Amino acid sequence: MKKLGPGLILALILGFAFLYLPIVTLIAYSFNASRLVTVWGGFSLHWYGALMRNEPLLDAAWLSMRLGFVSATLATALGTLAALALARHGRFLGRTLFSGMVLAPLVMPEVVTGLSLLLLFVAVDVERGFWTVTAAHATFGLGFACIVVQSRLAGFDRSLEEAAQDLGATPFVTFWTVTLPLIWPAVAAAWMLAFTLSLDDLVIASFTTGPGATTLPMRLYSAVKLGVSPEINAACTIMIAAVAVVVIAASLLLKREQLNAG
Amino acid sequence: MSAAASAKRLGRLVVAVPYLWLVLFFLAPFAIVLRMAFSQSAMALPPYAPHWAGLGQIGDFLSQLDFENFRLLGDDALYWESYLYSLRIAGLTTIFALAIGYPLAYAMASAPSRWRGVLLVFVILPFWTSFLIRVYAWIGILRPEGLLDAGLSLLGIEGEPLRLLNTETAVLLGMVYSYLPFMVLPLFATLEKLDRGLLEAAADLGATPLKAFLTVTLPLSLPGVLAGSALVFIPAVGEFVIPDLLGGPDTNMIGKVLWNEFFSNRDWPLASAVAVVLLVVLVLPLVLLQRARLRREMAA
Repeated sequence: MKKLGPGLILALILGFAFLYLPIVTLIAYSFNASRLVTVWGGFSLHWYGALMRNEPLLDAAWLSMRLGFVSATLATALGTLAALALARHGRFLGRTLFSGMVLAPLVMPEVVTGLSLLLLFVAVDVERGFWTVTAAHATFGLGFACIVVQSRLAGFDRSLEEAAQDLGATPFVTFWTVTLPLIWPAVAAAWMLAFTLSLDDLVIASFTTGPGATTLPMRLYSAVKLGVSPEINAACTIMIAAVAVVVIAASLLLKREQLNAG
Repeated sequence: MSAAASAKRLGRLVVAVPYLWLVLFFLAPFAIVLRMAFSQSAMALPPYAPHWAGLGQIGDFLSQLDFENFRLLGDDALYWESYLYSLRIAGLTTIFALAIGYPLAYAMASAPSRWRGVLLVFVILPFWTSFLIRVYAWIGILRPEGLLDAGLSLLGIEGEPLRLLNTETAVLLGMVYSYLPFMVLPLFATLEKLDRGLLEAAADLGATPLKAFLTVTLPLSLPGVLAGSALVFIPAVGEFVIPDLLGGPDTNMIGKVLWNEFFSNRDWPLASAVAVVLLVVLVLPLVLLQRARLRREMAA
């Protein structure tokens, strides 16, 4: 392998500096004792303490976690079924419409998705809150989950399923004992993606929620509207740390699995 | 019941469950938006005039269609200017993301293979952190007396504060920053698969590195360029959070207009009409892209 030229190394350094500088400054200033962003008042955990006493923010975080868990599970189940339908059921009535509907949320602007779902919830007159946001996030996550699972199904050895069926397994048993264990990494990745998307969403949740169900992004958004505060920096730092741990752990696990397989 | 019949039933269920879900939560809402776009706003709650009266009365439906909202969208400069503005910002974002993302992806793909996985994880990592956090980080940097001003005066460049927050520059920075991973990933995927032997062959035949890049690498990476551009451009057009938080009064992107029409003015029919036109604006480039891809595939 040739060594990287100085130009390419510069491209790497500049590119990654652009990606990480804002995040690094945000983290650094969450440990600032001073309230002023430009003044470094020494290292302090003061803002983390203030965060732990911020009940509305903690409530919103807990709600977002529950919401993400339920909606990601729904999105993954539906997305896996959709992927199986598209990969295994060659032609069926309305297949084009179906694949269009699966993929459309990926390109739909969030404002449009949010508005249309709210109008549905108003038209059928359901009380808006936890479950309406969950349904909205599940619909939005379904398409992403479907794509992830579909890519795994594409490189899938069908002969194993056929062998199971020849040996007398019902389709359900075949799916449960052969297909699912084989596509498991993709299903897990799909769940994580759907969970993150739900946790991250401000726009769709703002449209479809009701009184009493304020998610973490909604709470953060109204705080950010009021201005920069080290307390928000602390909240962001905790979220970044959680994400970094999960992503790095997942990629290490994946690497080990690849090493085992290869 | 035979095993084959039960297998068939199960198979139908696999299709039917997600199908019904999508009809209920995607198709039906979409139909309601369309219907709403042709309604008049009223001061009632829900704030729109004709109530949802079932699917039966098609004649009624047609006679009640009201193009007032769309006429307003055409007449009032605010609306069509913000559509054009959104397309402009999305276009500029795509160009800048490509200008930053291409060298980055190229360098990543040229790195020794044991580094590539690590570099890839570090490009994806910001994508997994909250969108709101990344935009918020830029507020701290760009605001008056923020980190950028502090950094400049630290370097000895004194002067007026830059006042970048709430400008178009801030919106563009935030957009390019947020969407950069979407550009880098497909570019990296195509550049990594590129056969390096072709470049060596070009060099053996006397091509300068620049010429080899322009005649070999660039054309071969075009699918990645197109995929990355689509992944950046499409969500950028309808973006709301970034122009709202980093922009000012003149950065009226259409997502923000829709949001304000809905939440501030409470004009649901007009917001629906904005949504319908926004979808048309988005579907058009998608169709063009699809046609370009088909043509390329047919040529290949």
